[in-house]
Amino acid sequence: MSAMHTEKRTLLTVFTEASIEQLLVRDMDRMGVRGYTISDARGKGSRGVRDASWDEARNIRIEVICARPQAEELLAHLQARYYSNYAMVAYFSEVEVLRPGKF
Amino acid sequence: MDPVIYFFLFGLVAGLLRSELKLPSALYDSLSIFLLLAIGLKGGQGLATQPLLPLLPQIAAVIVLGVAQTLIAYAALKTLFGFDRPNAAAMSAHYGSVSVATFAVAAAWLASREIEVEPQMAILLAVMEIPAILIGIVLARGVSRDTDWKSLGHEAFLGKGVTLLLGGMAIGWAAGPEGLKPIGGLYFDLFKGVLALFLLEMGLIVSRQVNELKRRGLSLIVFGVGMPLLSAGLGLATGHLLGLSVGGVTMLTTLAASASYIAVPAAMRIAVPEANPAVSLAGSLGVTFPFNILLGIPLYHWMATQLAGATP
Repeated sequence: MSAMHTEKRTLLTVFTEASIEQLLVRDMDRMGVRGYTISDARGKGSRGVRDASWDEARNIRIEVICARPQAEELLAHLQARYYSNYAMVAYFSEVEVLRPGKF
Repeated sequence: MDPVIYFFLFGLVAGLLRSELKLPSALYDSLSIFLLLAIGLKGGQGLATQPLLPLLPQIAAVIVLGVAQTLIAYAALKTLFGFDRPNAAAMSAHYGSVSVATFAVAAAWLASREIEVEPQMAILLAVMEIPAILIGIVLARGVSRDTDWKSLGHEAFLGKGVTLLLGGMAIGWAAGPEGLKPIGGLYFDLFKGVLALFLLEMGLIVSRQVNELKRRGLSLIVFGVGMPLLSAGLGLATGHLLGLSVGGVTMLTTLAASASYIAVPAAMRIAVPEANPAVSLAGSLGVTFPFNILLGIPLYHWMATQLAGATP
């Protein structure tokens, strides 16, 4: 498998409140993000236990794989627009992808 | 006491004792969809047998009622309770709007006593969800140009609750009482059993508000009981002026006294992000909802009966 050709991309992972999912999807579409995955999540943080037992306590995880500059642009936007008022944790990680044209 | 209330108390106690009991969130969603559709269908089939035009003044009256309640709650929260502007606005929107669960409990309470209620109460329920949301946003932000009215309007008018209520009502109206008979076994006969299960979950949810209530202390309890009583007075007067029956006045009074915990929190979280959602929810869910279903509904019915007796 050593001959497999991969390229580096950035994975942006965001944990936040499900109540703003539609806003975030709109932001990502507007900023030209080509793909993302959203899944339900639960956990605990500085804003208390969010156990997804009903709408108000529901969390989501958003994962976006893209080029570094776009990931940075997106995270800067999230920080400016949402960090102060919403439960939100986001981080970058380096990933290797097989088909760089997709991301 | 009505058995559905025992389910609520059971959920509340189980939650307070930190029991392992947890209903799947998909069940909560399904039960609330069922209740909204059933209420809509029931109202719609009643409307099929009467003209719709006389309802317009009633719809106008409850819009005014919702706006007035929101403004009064806002003024009280700012001046008497020391809330800042965004929190006062968000919380007042909760109290100007309505709670479907409270409506469902009142409907079951009246039905078990064979008290008639006008079918249009379901329309008034849907209408009363909306104005408080818009007023709350204006109170928090003023009318500024960067307000995204399109998406807020979408949120207010096409939220899950209003969509299901109006959809159910349209189906009930189109099918009529005869047409609904084949599905009545599910939506009407089982209503109370489903409501019981839903209230069990509500008890669990309410039990989680206790920590926030402890933190806020007495003021949230005073507002959470005082505001519905004041709103009940306004609802009682409105129902009486509209010439509703005792059951109808009881229902409108209950609607006025109830506080939203589904449509409004979702809209306020997006429109007024500075407001702390935990405070509004602790008030509307932790105090007002239990107060209304345990003590409020019998009280509002007694008030409606007294008023009808005083002016025959």
